[in-house]
Amino acid sequence: MTTSPLLQVEGLQVAYGSTPVVRGVSFTLGREKVAVVGESGSGKTTVGRALLKLLPRQARISAERLQFDGTDLLQAGERDMAALRGRRLSMIMQDPKYSLNPVMSIGRQIGEAMQRGEPMSRAACAERVEALLARVHIREPKRVAGQYAHEVSGGMGQRVMIAMMLAQRPQLLIADEPTSALDVSVRQEVLNLLDELVAEQGLSLLFISHDLNLVKHFCDRVLVMYAGRIVETLAAADLAHARHPYTQGLMAALPSLRHRRAVLPVLQRDAAWSAP
Amino acid sequence: MTVLLSVNDLHLAFGEGSEARTVLHGVSFEIERGQAFGLVGESGSGKTTVLRCLAGQYRHWQGQVAMNGEAYRGERSAAHASRAQMVFQDPYGSLHPRHTVRTALAEPLRVQGRDRIDERIDEVLQQVGLPVHFRFRYPHQISGGQRQRVAIARALILRPPLLLLDEPTSALDVSVQAEVLNLLADLRAQHGLTYLLVSHDLGVVAHLCDRLAVMQQGRIVETLSTEALCQGDAQHAYTRTLVAAAEA
Repeated sequence: MTTSPLLQVEGLQVAYGSTPVVRGVSFTLGREKVAVVGESGSGKTTVGRALLKLLPRQARISAERLQFDGTDLLQAGERDMAALRGRRLSMIMQDPKYSLNPVMSIGRQIGEAMQRGEPMSRAACAERVEALLARVHIREPKRVAGQYAHEVSGGMGQRVMIAMMLAQRPQLLIADEPTSALDVSVRQEVLNLLDELVAEQGLSLLFISHDLNLVKHFCDRVLVMYAGRIVETLAAADLAHARHPYTQGLMAALPSLRHRRAVLPVLQRDAAWSAP
Repeated sequence: MTVLLSVNDLHLAFGEGSEARTVLHGVSFEIERGQAFGLVGESGSGKTTVLRCLAGQYRHWQGQVAMNGEAYRGERSAAHASRAQMVFQDPYGSLHPRHTVRTALAEPLRVQGRDRIDERIDEVLQQVGLPVHFRFRYPHQISGGQRQRVAIARALILRPPLLLLDEPTSALDVSVQAEVLNLLADLRAQHGLTYLLVSHDLGVVAHLCDRLAVMQQGRIVETLSTEALCQGDAQHAYTRTLVAAAEA
C-alpha cells in the first residue's frame, strides 16, 4: 500500500445548467473494491463517468480535487484524457450487447484495444487475443475471437469486455452495474473473475451497483449515495448495522428467503437526507 | 378449493422440419383460485414463454390449458381478455408514450363495450393507490413505480380473476419494489385474485407466492411450496443453486 491513495476525490460537483446532479462527493480509493450504491437518479453513474470525463458536453464538472495517481484530472484536456482512458483508467458498462461493436468480430475489437497500447504484428496480436480470452475463462478462445457480439451470451459478452479492458493493463477499473444484465449463475462467475484480477494485478475497483446484497459480499467498502451526495460510508461487512436511516431503509425493503414478512417496510424519505 | 388455471403438457416449438427448436418440453402445473404461483428460472428457461402462451401471444402451442373452468386454445378474444391480463416488466415500454393514463385505462373498456368508463377509472386508480387527477398525466410525467401502478390498474380494470405478472418489479429500485409488492399482496387479499408470477428473483417469488415451480431449459424441474423452499427442503440441485445465490 502506498502512502497516497490511487484516486482522491474531494467536493466533486456535476451540474446540468442550474440543476446539480452530484453535490459535493468526496472519497479516496486505494487498492480495494469500493462500491457506490443508491437508487436510480442518485448520481452514482454520473460520478463514475465524471472520473473519465465521459459526460455530455453540457455537464459542468467541478471539484476541489480530482487526483488520479499524480495526474490532476480537472486540468487534463481531452488529449490527456484520451491517453488515460483505457490505458490507466478503464470502465465496463452494464450491458455488453450495447457496448460491443456489432459489425466487428470480437477478436478484432480486442486486437484494436491492444494495438492502441503497442503496435504488433497480426499474428502476435491474434495470439495475445486468444491468450486474453483464455484468461477470462472462455473455453474456445479461437472460435469466440471470430464471433460477433450477437453470437455470444450475456455472460460471455461481459467477459469479452473484461478481456478488452485487460488488453491495456489499467490501474483503476470503474464497473457500472457489470452484472445487472446477467443471470445469477453467470453473475457469480463474472464476479469471481473480477476478484481474481483485483488480487493478481493489484487493480483498484470502483463498483457501481444498486444491489445491496451483492455488494455486501463482494466489496470492501461501500459509499451510499442519495440525491447526489454520499450519505454514509461504511465497511461492506457492516451493511446490516448501517447507521443512516436511508441505508437501513434500503436493507429492510429487500424481500428475503430467511425472514419472510407479510408486509415489506417501505422507505420513508426524509427531506433532511438531501439537505446540505 | 377450485382450480383456476391448469396447464397440462404444454409444448412449444419454433421453426419447421430440421430447423425446429423446441422451447417448452411438456410444462404442467395447476393454480388454485386465490393462490399466487411463481415461475422461477434464468433467462432462456422458458418462463416468460409460458406466460405468452397463456396470454395468447403465441398460439401454436400444444397441450391442454383450462382457465376459470373453460378450455383455452390460444384465441385472443374479448372473453379471454376479461379472464386473464398481463403486467410487463418495463412499464415505460408497455404504456403508450402519447396516451394519457385515462386513454390507456379507457381502451380495454371501450374495446369491450363497457359503460361507466370514467367511474371505473377513478375506482381502479384508487385501488392501486394513485390520486384520481393522475388520469390526465402522460407516462413520462410520472415515476417508475407510479407507471407500474398504472400498468397494474390497466390489467385490473376488466376485473379478470387471473393476473399474469412478468417480472413486475425487476425494473424498479428496491424501495419502490417493496411498495409494488405490498400493493400486489393487498390487491390479491382484497379481490381474491390469482397470480402467476414470473421472476428471476427468488426473494420476490418467496415473498408473494404460496407455491412455485423452477424451470430450466423449457422444463419444470421442481414444484414446491414456498414454505418448503424457505426451510431448505428443495430437492433438485438447480433449485439449491438458486437458493444459495439468493441467500448469499
